[in-house]
Amino acid sequence: MLSVDLAARKLGLRPGIPVAKAQALYPDLVLLDADPDGDRLGLEKLALWFQHRIAPIVAVDAPDGLVLDTTGADHLHGGELPMLKDMVHRMAGTAFRAKAVVADTWGAAHAIARYSRAPIAVVPSGGTASALADLPVEALRLPSTIIEGLATLGVSRIGQLAAMPRAPLALRFGPDVARRLDQAFGRIGEAIVPVRPVDPVEVSRNFAEPIGAAETIARYIGKLVPLLCQGLDERGQGVRRLDLLVHRVDSHTEAIRVATAMPVRDVKRLTRLLCEKIETIDPGFGIERMVLIASLAEPMDRRQTVSSLIAEEEADVSDLIDTLANRVGTQALYRFAPVESDLPERSFCRVPALAPEETKDWPEHWPRPTRLLARPEPVQAMAELPDQPPLFFIWRGVRRKVKCADGPERVFGEWWKNDAELTIARDYFRVEDTSGERFWLYRAGDGEHGETGSQGWFLHGIFG
Amino acid sequence: MTAETHKKLGLETLRAAISRLEGHSDRRRTVLPFGVREIDGRLPGGGLALGALHEVAGGGNDALHSAAAGQFCAGIAARTRGKVLWIVTRQDVFAPSLKQVGLSARRTIFVEASSDVDVLACFEEGLRHGGLGAVVAEVARLSMTASRRLQLAAETSGSLGIAIRRWQRQTDAADFGQPTASVTRWRVSVLPSVPLPVPGVGRPRWLLELIRARAGECADFEVEACDGKGRLSLPAALADGSDQEAAGQRRASA
Repeated sequence: MLSVDLAARKLGLRPGIPVAKAQALYPDLVLLDADPDGDRLGLEKLALWFQHRIAPIVAVDAPDGLVLDTTGADHLHGGELPMLKDMVHRMAGTAFRAKAVVADTWGAAHAIARYSRAPIAVVPSGGTASALADLPVEALRLPSTIIEGLATLGVSRIGQLAAMPRAPLALRFGPDVARRLDQAFGRIGEAIVPVRPVDPVEVSRNFAEPIGAAETIARYIGKLVPLLCQGLDERGQGVRRLDLLVHRVDSHTEAIRVATAMPVRDVKRLTRLLCEKIETIDPGFGIERMVLIASLAEPMDRRQTVSSLIAEEEADVSDLIDTLANRVGTQALYRFAPVESDLPERSFCRVPALAPEETKDWPEHWPRPTRLLARPEPVQAMAELPDQPPLFFIWRGVRRKVKCADGPERVFGEWWKNDAELTIARDYFRVEDTSGERFWLYRAGDGEHGETGSQGWFLHGIFG
Repeated sequence: MTAETHKKLGLETLRAAISRLEGHSDRRRTVLPFGVREIDGRLPGGGLALGALHEVAGGGNDALHSAAAGQFCAGIAARTRGKVLWIVTRQDVFAPSLKQVGLSARRTIFVEASSDVDVLACFEEGLRHGGLGAVVAEVARLSMTASRRLQLAAETSGSLGIAIRRWQRQTDAADFGQPTASVTRWRVSVLPSVPLPVPGVGRPRWLLELIRARAGECADFEVEACDGKGRLSLPAALADGSDQEAAGQRRASA
């Protein structure tokens, strides 16, 4: 058997058991023929999906994995750990159990993803050696004959193997052991040859002499982008995501990815987006080939603009949005949109900056504070029950006497979302202290019934 | 040609020569008036200069929260045309409140930058673009060099830039005394609202201090906070009556 699912694993079956034996143990076992070609195709499809979602350099790590170069792409997903969580979560959503690891090298990530327990791990830069030391030698991507040979020598862990003298090992097992060790520890490079999307608009340029200076790279970007735009124009498409792959003389590939909020075919704008990222390229000993791929293109139609006689045209800011999004990440660029909820912290949501405009708006019955604290802060307050504003309150160690107040504005829990909120109520007050500062306070509870809340006071916002 | 018009022409050519020296010759400076004679009269050009950087800070505890300062800036941004870019490091703006001073959430794009350096970079990018109504950024430190870059970016594009100075600690607020290249500098402090004849909070009032104005003088104003369209107003007791007339005469004679 090549592979078993979780249920079978619970019964005690493991890959490597002869089929006859398994069937003798569990006669009603469901067996499927192995389909290596189908698996390979599926993996390639998955790789394209990852390329679409995560990072431009993705390759299939046969037979059961993918390898991604996420350098420079992680911050767009909120950091390395959130990115991995997102990947595993998405895979879980399609009924795949996946493990994800970020490490300095392909070899290390391959080994830790397959032979360590945690489903998600981020190996700190420079911590590769200690992370690999305890893993079995099978993790090194060595042929099975060598693994068996090592077992007869009594070498089972990578740490042991790495400490052994190289020459006798090379003499006995060939150069593979040393090569795989060096690849795992990052002493020699290992190129990731990325999968390619189906039939993209692509332009490339080879250099007779390797280039390296930022100005030179910028100049050739300036030459490639017009060619790409011409190609896009022929198809009537605009680019949503653009990858620049830079092949270095040491067969390492670096990549820059820029994304746009709307399909773009503007030479100047694309050139500028790419040129802003040049400093993230490490040219090493020189660049011998540059490839520009429109990895995601969408149909782009010419649009008729409204005459300036009817309505004054509003300036197009989508190019600014793209520039900023490529700097701070798409999720850090947003608008607020109303959500129908009486609870202040649920009354808004974040939508993409260029999302279509919503028609709803917030009700304007009551003044709302300029600043809403992320978490309501408990304050000590004295108030007459059941529905009087506090006479004074102590917030962050300062005692404030309340001069005047508006309220209460009663807000009820949303029982349709959460059973625990069935009885909850809050009474909001807008209060002004003697120095003129205005605050938004609420009491958790209606002041009469214990089940409506703790009856404690909280500060939720500050008015201007 | 009378002597009066002659003199006026001479002044115009002199002003043009000076602005040519300052390096923004072809662009006509426009302003965004507050719509309050008292305030507009104190500002060169009769309003808040567009294509310039302005600084706003809260007074007292508001230096940390920037609730009044934020509302003041939202009121200004509400009166511009086009989208507004609002750059923050820690997001605590409550969107319904912007709506209440006339700044629609559909117009306001927020950028959440991770550091002050990123804020300044995005601020400059926004100002350089030129298609935005206003660019508002909440920053703590604003050096002379940084503010000069921002001012230049605003000058070239004609965008309105507002830096809300907001600090983590009260002691850092002394930083507001450091010189920057901004055109005006404001401090907004909350004042007790006018007592109402019934229980409740009256219309908020602010003490608006114009601490610095290039080619203008400092001034203090006691104003009523922005209304639903982002307009300030003077409290009724000051707007009518003899004080106003006296102020008008003073200006006329100056």
